[in-house]
Amino acid sequence: MTPLVSTSTTVTPGFDESALVARAKAGDAAAFSELVSHYDRRVFRMAKQITQNDEDAEDVLQETFLKAFTHLDNFQGNSKFYTWLVRIAVNEALMKLRKRRSDRTVPLDEPIDTGEDEMVREIAVWDENPEDSYSREELAEILDQAIQSLKPAYRTVFILRDIEELSIEETAEALGLSISAVKSRLLRARLQLREKLTRLFKRKGDDAFAYL
Amino acid sequence: MTRLLTCKQFLQELNDYLDDTLDPKLKSELQKHVNECPNCWVVCDTTQKTLKVFKGMEPKPIPEHVQTKLMQALERRLKDKGCGGGKIDV
Repeated sequence: MTPLVSTSTTVTPGFDESALVARAKAGDAAAFSELVSHYDRRVFRMAKQITQNDEDAEDVLQETFLKAFTHLDNFQGNSKFYTWLVRIAVNEALMKLRKRRSDRTVPLDEPIDTGEDEMVREIAVWDENPEDSYSREELAEILDQAIQSLKPAYRTVFILRDIEELSIEETAEALGLSISAVKSRLLRARLQLREKLTRLFKRKGDDAFAYL
Repeated sequence: MTRLLTCKQFLQELNDYLDDTLDPKLKSELQKHVNECPNCWVVCDTTQKTLKVFKGMEPKPIPEHVQTKLMQALERRLKDKGCGGGKIDV
């Protein structure tokens, strides 16, 4: 088996991010609006996944683009524009989350128990293309629920690294975590999601060791 | 002679293996392990597929009223910034 090389962000034909950013910086509102319409769905999805609240997600979406617009001159182009946008959005979303949860739950930087022996319970091969057995809506619901079942500390790392495709270093920087903390949380998140999906997607009729 | 990895060691390196960020020597040790250990092969394969399923999900369109509010807020900011009251169309 060969490793999966991380795929880059979806490329839309005719969409030139750096040219649009340059035009927006020069005061071209249409260029900024094109950037908004290209990324607003993803920012909104991320905000909903982190805050798990529609109202908060709307605020995060709005604040993210307003801040990006206001501080566009500060964007130096050292990272991709979208990475910069994600950093703004994740800060806004975490602020909302902390505000809502400040009285009753653990902070995002809680120590993580490392019960490594619990990491892998369900070992079974999947159906061929199991996602084809579900409609788009059903699959979206399954994936949403799987993400929501993760602890916030794991969930946020997974969203930034594996859905928004930030690098490990960018994820660490955006969340104020060490590289090793990002890596260990990511491993837990990936394995927990794998576990959840395996329960649904495993080949029917197989017992756990039928492939042996 | 290459040393044999335990399943626990394999799991600890699984992230970097999937992201292909390992040095070639460790990568080949992991490859050897995964090709010989059915359990780790399944875990690796299904984790890889898990990531693929998540990466393949397109975000849903934003509700219209949310998008309208966003555009109105941006237009107000545009005027404040002194861009001559340009209209933002999406």
